[in-house]
Amino acid sequence: MKDKNKILAGLAIFIVVITFPFWFNLGKAAPAPELELTEKAKAAKTCVMSKEFMTAEHMQLLDVWRHNVVRGGERMFVNPDGRQFNMSLSNTCLDCHSNKEKFCDRCHDYASVRPYCWDCHIDNPKGE
Amino acid sequence: MNKNYMVSLIAVIVLFLIAYVGTQLGAGVQMVFGILVPYLAVALFVAGFIRRVMGWSRSAVPFRITTTCGQQPSLPGFKQAKIDNPSTTFGVVVRMFLEIVCFRSLFRNTKMKLHGGTKMTHQLEIFLWVGALAFHYAFFTVVVRHLRFFTEPVPFFVTILEKVDSFMRIEILYDAVQAGLPGVYMSGLVLVAAAIYLFLRRVFIPQVRYISLVNDFFPLFLIIAIAISGIFMRYLTKVDIVAIKELTMGLVTFRPTIPDGVSYLFFAHMFMVSVLLAYFPFSKLMHMGGVFLSPTRNMTGNTRQVRHVNPWNHPVKVHTYEEYEDDFREKMIEVGLPVVKMPEEKA
Repeated sequence: MKDKNKILAGLAIFIVVITFPFWFNLGKAAPAPELELTEKAKAAKTCVMSKEFMTAEHMQLLDVWRHNVVRGGERMFVNPDGRQFNMSLSNTCLDCHSNKEKFCDRCHDYASVRPYCWDCHIDNPKGE
Repeated sequence: MNKNYMVSLIAVIVLFLIAYVGTQLGAGVQMVFGILVPYLAVALFVAGFIRRVMGWSRSAVPFRITTTCGQQPSLPGFKQAKIDNPSTTFGVVVRMFLEIVCFRSLFRNTKMKLHGGTKMTHQLEIFLWVGALAFHYAFFTVVVRHLRFFTEPVPFFVTILEKVDSFMRIEILYDAVQAGLPGVYMSGLVLVAAAIYLFLRRVFIPQVRYISLVNDFFPLFLIIAIAISGIFMRYLTKVDIVAIKELTMGLVTFRPTIPDGVSYLFFAHMFMVSVLLAYFPFSKLMHMGGVFLSPTRNMTGNTRQVRHVNPWNHPVKVHTYEEYEDDFREKMIEVGLPVVKMPEEKA
């Protein structure tokens, strides 16, 4: 039929569009980001919770912290090991992880996540 | 109870469990579900799609069978419905575009009702149209959003779409229920809601239930299961996103790896997506390609202006009246039949 060429053209466009991820990344290796821990973070060995928990759930934990501090006026966090922490992004998290570019941002950029922490918080409270 | 949807539901649950339980058995099984199955599924999808469309391209379309939904071009006093009864290619392009983007033929859905047993009425029934629009656009958004796992760096249109999609914020923070972080994507919720509506419609409207088969219910359940497993991973049982992106990027850059810490739920999610992709070319889901080839929509309705000859018509041997008269003129005159052309010697 005379429409065969049109159908072939449409099909070719479709194939090009759906294989977008394959040709977009052609020749590029996209290794998972490597995080750099500061000396202080290395010395502390563990975060406020286990590493597995923090990797997957840190955003939820931070949200609960914010809720408890801002709405409840409650500042003390006790982890399952019984250790106490001040619920504070600037004073607790950023105390060890003072290298936002090499810690927070690497994964967030990789996973295309834009946390709104920094809408209010400054990322380097110690001014280092 | 209806065996069509029970069979589909059980099939989807079994598929989920195969991947969810299977990948807990060891690294070898994870290689199968994380690398082998997705590659096979994509290959089947592409090859099957091409095969199906090429098959359609060979189909005979001898006649104009355009559905005319308005006034055809006529005498100067009559206004033509240029889109609903197109006589130009431009009209067809507009008609096809609106059909594909707005589902106009679903909008025309009517419901027949008898009033007082005798008076029949037709009323507009737009819920199928609304549900279908919500479903398809939500699904499209979800698919495009997922490109963030398959591209590095993530292209701008994906980022913009994510921002628009997560425009609404919901944060529920009780000790028992915590939800809303990370930002809530509307498309995922709309997708589940619309798919469930489309399923309930098939169950509760008797006429639709009567024509609903396993191959109507199965993709619906599969898509609902994919969406719910995705929502679970995002909002409820959090997963290690970076490890998952490492896996998906490995697939699209042809350097497949299975990083540590990929959750079993993710393998189940990806397995169901693979099943959907592999099933696609062999199912009704091919309406994705088929809608472009709808013969009642993609042709001009110009049968009154242009003579369309069936291309494979056998050449017919014609014996015209003039030739017939030439053969039998004398005999016709003998018995007194009138002839058009009188023989010359008698003229």
